[in-house]
Amino acid sequence: MDARRENDKRITVERTSDREVVVTRMFNAPARLVFDAWTKAELFRQWWVPKSMGMTLVSCEMDVRVGGRYHLNFGPGMDFYGRYVEVTPPSRLAWTNEEGGDAGPVTTVTFEEKDGRTLLTLHERYPSKEALDAAGTGAAEVMRETFGQLDELLAG
Amino acid sequence: MVQYTHAHFNASFAALSDATRRGVLEQLARGDASITDLAGRFHMTLTGMKKHVGVLEQAGLVTTEKVGRVRTCRIGPCRLEEETAWMDRFRQLWDARFQALDVVIEELKRKEKPDGRKKRK
Repeated sequence: MDARRENDKRITVERTSDREVVVTRMFNAPARLVFDAWTKAELFRQWWVPKSMGMTLVSCEMDVRVGGRYHLNFGPGMDFYGRYVEVTPPSRLAWTNEEGGDAGPVTTVTFEEKDGRTLLTLHERYPSKEALDAAGTGAAEVMRETFGQLDELLAG
Repeated sequence: MVQYTHAHFNASFAALSDATRRGVLEQLARGDASITDLAGRFHMTLTGMKKHVGVLEQAGLVTTEKVGRVRTCRIGPCRLEEETAWMDRFRQLWDARFQALDVVIEELKRKEKPDGRKKRK
């Protein structure tokens, strides 16, 4: 049973069109807890930048309501910000990503609870396929050095 | 070159969504083969195999050349690594985040249980 549960936790990543990528993952908790972890700044900052990433979240402000803004700062000149466009606890959350200009991607997260567990589905919709390709490259730069550290963390 | 990659991105994913076509690619990675060879190896009709090879060819994953009556297939110019590398990077980012999120959620569950043992360090 444990093995099966661990198996269910496998992440899926699918590029569903040239502008959209979809990530799914099962979490072993009710939707309201998972939703809390995405919408309460003191919880969100514990996982959005895994310790192994070697980056530090200096500040994290989240005004989670429709039209409310968020702002993440990782040090001088490293800011990520946007506004929430959908907030429906505990099932749906969406925000804009504006640090790259007006035409940034929109991220939508849905939380579907079944039998006390939650299927999380994240959509990132980019304004163009070029923007999506570039995002893939950016993620690589952020993550390049970190996985050795993550392995250590998990082994320890 | 960049534009070329973009144009082939979706065609490649569609081509790779089919198990037979992935098998054909693996086979061709070991060596060139004719449509007839491939049809025999995958227990398919010639017509069926021609369709699969056509999809792979459109995606740039396979090229074919007809010499006499035999059409020979070989691995094409489109670099598969471009697609898989992108997906790997995106997956790694989210996998790391979600593992950290698991830890946060487990802690929330523990705190919620009235008789749960709180870990103090």
